[in-house]
Amino acid sequence: MTTNSLTTSQGAGRAGDKVFSGAAMAAGCLILAVLFGVALFLVVQAIPALTAPAGDIQGGNGFFAYIAPIVVGTLIAAVIALVIATPVAIGVALFISHYAPRRLASGLGYVVDLLAAIPSVVYGAWGAAFLAKEISPAYDWLATYLGWIPIFEGPASATGKTILTAGIVLSVMVLPIITSLSREIFLQTPKLHEEAALALGATRWEMIKMAVLPFGRPGIISAIMLGLGRALGETMAVALVLSSGVLTASLIQSGNQTIAAEIALNFPEASGIKVNTLIAAGLVLFVITLGVNMIARWIITRHKEFSGAN
Amino acid sequence: MSATVVRKRSALTKGQLPKFAPYIVLAAALIVGAAILALIGFNAFGWGIVSAILFAVGLVSWSGAVEGARKAKDKLATCLVVGAFLIALLPLISVIVTVLVNGIPGLITPGFLGTSMNGVTGAYDNKAVEEGAPVLGGIYHALLGTIQITLLATVISVPVGLLTSIYLVEYGNDRPLARAITFFVDVMTGIPSIVAGLFAAAFFFAIVGPGTKTGAVAAVALSVLMIPVVVRSSEEMLKIVPNELREASYALGVRKWRTITKVVIPTAISGIASGVTLAIARVIGETAPILVTAGFATTINNNVFGGWMASLPTFIYTQILNPTSPSNPAPSDQRAWGAALVLIILVMLLNLGARLIARLFAPKTGR
Amino acid sequence: MSKRIDVKDLNVYYGNFLAVEDVNINIQAKSVTAFIGPSGCGKSTFLRTLNRMHEVLPGARVEGEVLLDGDNLYGPGVDPVTVRTQVGMVFQRPNPFPTMSIRDNVLAGVKLNNKKISKGAADALVEKSLVGANLWNEVKDRLDKPGSGLSGGQQQRLCIARAIAVEPQVILMDEPCSALDPISTLAVEDLINELKDQYTVVIVTHNMQQAARVSDKTAFFNIAGTGKPGKLIEFADTTSIFNNPAQKATEDYVSGRFG
Repeated sequence: MTTNSLTTSQGAGRAGDKVFSGAAMAAGCLILAVLFGVALFLVVQAIPALTAPAGDIQGGNGFFAYIAPIVVGTLIAAVIALVIATPVAIGVALFISHYAPRRLASGLGYVVDLLAAIPSVVYGAWGAAFLAKEISPAYDWLATYLGWIPIFEGPASATGKTILTAGIVLSVMVLPIITSLSREIFLQTPKLHEEAALALGATRWEMIKMAVLPFGRPGIISAIMLGLGRALGETMAVALVLSSGVLTASLIQSGNQTIAAEIALNFPEASGIKVNTLIAAGLVLFVITLGVNMIARWIITRHKEFSGAN
Repeated sequence: MSATVVRKRSALTKGQLPKFAPYIVLAAALIVGAAILALIGFNAFGWGIVSAILFAVGLVSWSGAVEGARKAKDKLATCLVVGAFLIALLPLISVIVTVLVNGIPGLITPGFLGTSMNGVTGAYDNKAVEEGAPVLGGIYHALLGTIQITLLATVISVPVGLLTSIYLVEYGNDRPLARAITFFVDVMTGIPSIVAGLFAAAFFFAIVGPGTKTGAVAAVALSVLMIPVVVRSSEEMLKIVPNELREASYALGVRKWRTITKVVIPTAISGIASGVTLAIARVIGETAPILVTAGFATTINNNVFGGWMASLPTFIYTQILNPTSPSNPAPSDQRAWGAALVLIILVMLLNLGARLIARLFAPKTGR
Repeated sequence: MSKRIDVKDLNVYYGNFLAVEDVNINIQAKSVTAFIGPSGCGKSTFLRTLNRMHEVLPGARVEGEVLLDGDNLYGPGVDPVTVRTQVGMVFQRPNPFPTMSIRDNVLAGVKLNNKKISKGAADALVEKSLVGANLWNEVKDRLDKPGSGLSGGQQQRLCIARAIAVEPQVILMDEPCSALDPISTLAVEDLINELKDQYTVVIVTHNMQQAARVSDKTAFFNIAGTGKPGKLIEFADTTSIFNNPAQKATEDYVSGRFG
């Protein structure tokens, strides 16, 4: 056996490979650790609130009596946001993908992305200072003519700082999320399907109904779910816009509260068990949004599998 | 044998609305809309809405009469889709106009960018409103805080995010760990910002002591929001580096880590930098996590690791919600809108910067 | 400075799939050897095992020996990086580094390995490599321009210059002309003829005329069917492969009856 001349190599380089790949893997593991830590620290800090005597929690009836109405308030605000944002977002996505002239399309997409770039606190300020004031006559009108429907029961808030206003502001914030995801899906519609529809003499709308929307349905659903996740967790739009209070059926009176806004409004001055209560509220919010996002991701991956991603 | 030339409408254009039909309907809708609004009190916003509805109704029914139901439905869909886009533009324009109108007076106040709120009390604000004295106080401390917190968050997030994306693209090979990381990064993008803030707060409460609120805590909270964005965008950019370049480098006897640092990353650097800039733009406007982690300061704090720290978003929030002078909130509002304008300008500059970086530093093709 | 390659009983696997079976071949130093055969017959896969580039693909592995002047590429403790500095490779599509100038592309093998080199030595190496790749006269005035600005044929010769700048013993070429037009192909073929004075050259090609033009010896690979492993059918002087092949399959292939 002669010695193999190929075994000589610079050891330093080899060590570099090990160090580098180790660092890359460590960074990935750190992310897992952080997420695990998020859950762990929230749970540890939340436990005192869950085990404390009912009388010590704000409201005096224990944690669940405290959290239930604001969970409902959170859901109301998010649902309003989605009901408004979804049709508009799908329309905008269709406009950019199938209606706007090609040359304008990417520029228009950028304009919609600008909506996502505006900080949430600015939306909150806009909602509180501009939208609430401008929209309160409409609430008066609703209370007068549609007041027999429980959600429009009067007297309407004079300031316009209601859960409906907060929901409208939220809808503006989730609009770009739903739009950009739906737009991407619409653009991926197989050209063959579209051309097949057009070759049969379909109008543009019939082509969209036959080819684009069925193809994009799972994508739209997951986009809505992601928008829902954002709407549930958004803080500023509600904290600044809503004049909060107890759970109220009417959307045009002041009242209601969301988890995120409750935390933001109270955490800075909180102490003792109140801190734990708010962290527990945060944990509830985390679990809800986690569930919503995981469903959305699950729909996306399932869709990827059967579309073949070719 | 002679062909007679007959000028007639092509059979292919029979039963169609003339090309100028939409313009006629638009003009009619605008006129009728103005007339209706004149009856109930004119305003431009209402005029636009009423005219748009009239236009849609007019065009669709005319098309239905001439072209049939299918074409009419198509026209209706077009009207709705274009209408949705115009509706989406309304809040964008409204927000920008509101911020400009309310923010410019604050921004042009002398000392707005250069002074803090140290020593500015309600008494000065009352004087400003009642006697017309200049509005005192500014955003220097908040601007400084935002820059420090965001910078620290970037310093934490970029190495972690970039290394993770390198692991996923270059070493992951679809291993269980890589798939777990991909999944949880997706999950992380959905964490509500306030929860990220609570996590950082809970973490530091447990490690350092209850009530720990500093710029660094806020930076950790922002990192939780920023890392997944950096991972996703860098991952996309590394994936589009052609495998041929990696192979070319390996074939020259270059080690994998040097291939990654000297060939793959330089090729993708413009995209990565642009993604990082967008991630910064995303977190620089975050309010909720800073609110629960850095407290409210009215003075300049140059130490990220000690003491409460102000930031632009929390400054806006507190000035609106808790005006310096509760009886005369106008000066506080003015400062808040001025700060909002500065914040929007910062975010827009970052967005623009991201596009410029992507364009300017893209690999030269030399053609 | 060139070395011979002896392959003994080599099997190549992708995971559990046997891609190339039982290859024995002796490649002379300072010669051009061509690998021909139909698509999917494993000739490119086999070529990659000669400098361990197949390891870049997950799950690829080999059994057997590849001896470079008697040293086994797959011996214990052998660093694939050292192997690749001795056995260079040129790919199907020209792939100059887009972030580097022409000059830096030529110096890539040196610079990326962080070896110190003086400016004078670097200049000399750039000129020597580009002259060696018949590209010097075309690019000497624009060495600082990006390599991706060159034509396809020039880019491919730049890649050859980059490969010879690390002073390898052997140069492997994986269909180096398949993405080039006929004139660029001619330039690269001329270059291959000159390279064999200094290097051992192994070239995979789909083009039988090209194999006939440039190579001294030719190896014919074939597969029995899809899913079956590729095999070395015949290895002989190029003239005898094309004029009187020993195997029926070779004759059918070179006469254009299949493939």
